[in-house]
Amino acid sequence: MKRFASIAFATAIALLLQGCAGWQSALDPKGPAASELAWLIWFFTGLCAVVWVLVMIALAAPLMMRPRDRLEPLVLDAGADNRKLRVVTAAVGLTAVILIGLTLLSFFANRTLAAIGSDAALTIRVTGHQWWWEVRYEDATPSRILTTANEIHIPAGEPVRLLLTSTDVIHSFWVPSLSGKLDLIPGHMNVLDIKADKPGVYRGQCAEFCGAQHANMGTFIIAEPRAKFDAWWNDQLQPAAGPASDEAKTGEDLFLKRPCVMCHRIGGTPAGGTVAPDLTHIGSRQTLAAGTLTMSRGNLAAWIADPQGIKPGSHMPVVDLSGDELNAIVAYLEGLK
Amino acid sequence: MRSTAAMLLLAILALAACQREERDTRPQSALGSGEQPTPVTTLEPGGQRPSPTDNKAASFEANAFHLSEGKRLFGWFNCSGCHANGGGGMGPALMDEKWIYGSSMESIHATIRDGRPNGMPSFRDKIPDDQIWELAAFVRSLSGNAPSSAAPSRNDDMMVHPSENRMPDAATLGKSP
Repeated sequence: MKRFASIAFATAIALLLQGCAGWQSALDPKGPAASELAWLIWFFTGLCAVVWVLVMIALAAPLMMRPRDRLEPLVLDAGADNRKLRVVTAAVGLTAVILIGLTLLSFFANRTLAAIGSDAALTIRVTGHQWWWEVRYEDATPSRILTTANEIHIPAGEPVRLLLTSTDVIHSFWVPSLSGKLDLIPGHMNVLDIKADKPGVYRGQCAEFCGAQHANMGTFIIAEPRAKFDAWWNDQLQPAAGPASDEAKTGEDLFLKRPCVMCHRIGGTPAGGTVAPDLTHIGSRQTLAAGTLTMSRGNLAAWIADPQGIKPGSHMPVVDLSGDELNAIVAYLEGLK
Repeated sequence: MRSTAAMLLLAILALAACQREERDTRPQSALGSGEQPTPVTTLEPGGQRPSPTDNKAASFEANAFHLSEGKRLFGWFNCSGCHANGGGGMGPALMDEKWIYGSSMESIHATIRDGRPNGMPSFRDKIPDDQIWELAAFVRSLSGNAPSSAAPSRNDDMMVHPSENRMPDAATLGKSP
């Protein structure tokens, strides 16, 4: 029974550690900043473990040893006192050396982190909202400035500069596989440089409690080869595709007549709201509602029909729509690739 | 024994105070703003609309959550474009306790929903009905008509006027103390 329990415990630990690989983990670095931090974590943990073991041995040893008989408690033993003094001095000295060493390591790691984006060619402005991310690609040419939401495409292997701010409360941007976390503060701009070594999808999460749906405020960094990234940017700059079917046409009309238009923007239509995610190319995104649902026609319909059931407290209101109206709007939005 | 019971009772009473109000994140939506009658004349006794057909006004006007949501929507829907944070500009001022079309929640709701002559557009079908009620409740708080325990407090960003819960109440507005 006891053996069974210990095997079960070991299995559970192994399974838990398995969870540290891949999808969103600081122990699974995919970029230079995260590698630096992961190395630092392991080195600190290892060194501190060694020190802890040594201290425990030093504490346990006198308990195990037989006390030596001393002749007279009041007789001074200068030799023994000197030995003790040397041991304590050496321990204090070693502690100081280790602490200074760790401080220096941390300092140099910070220098490495700060240098990652010094030559970044791409600047992305990430604005936190309750509970989604606004993503704006800066460019010297105004017509190439692109606004999207929740998914951040970046070229792989190149440093990217993120400018982080918020419009309501403090959020925190954290993509553990790529870098440490940094707060998004209303009225203040923080700068975070990231770099992904290889193409891939890296999940991120708001890491500062920001209200009811803090847990459902996810983001994705999608690193792609440069050519693919440029093609994506050019695609996203296009105005929205026109409705492809009669149903979608009805959907577009409804979108413009109903509350949707008060908050959302769709490029190429009169819808120009900027307080909610830009929907110009919503059909091309992988998730809905900041990583809460995967993108599909069913999920789109569910989200529009009852956002307060899926993400209670979110700022997307319940809109009064009939079944046919809902279908038409979903058909239109789904086609916005 | 008796003191323990008294302490327990006190603790229960104190905990009861933690319940501030009900916050309904999923309001009843079956009734859209389009299903209510539109008044065909502005000739209403005292500029007021007839008594309401539902009791929404009462549940929205002293509710801190709805008032702060109204404040957010006031900014989001660009009411300030004409009403300038309640100070008035192209549209009338909203913080002076002077009402052209009535000061009741129902009147303000009707103003937002149906529009008014000389510029106020109709937001029927554009804003869900509950959000119109939230806006109406917030507009009333601009002139100190909402209880200060529920009216929105200071902004996180720059403030253009004292927070709504520090506005003078409607009775003393405009009078020197």
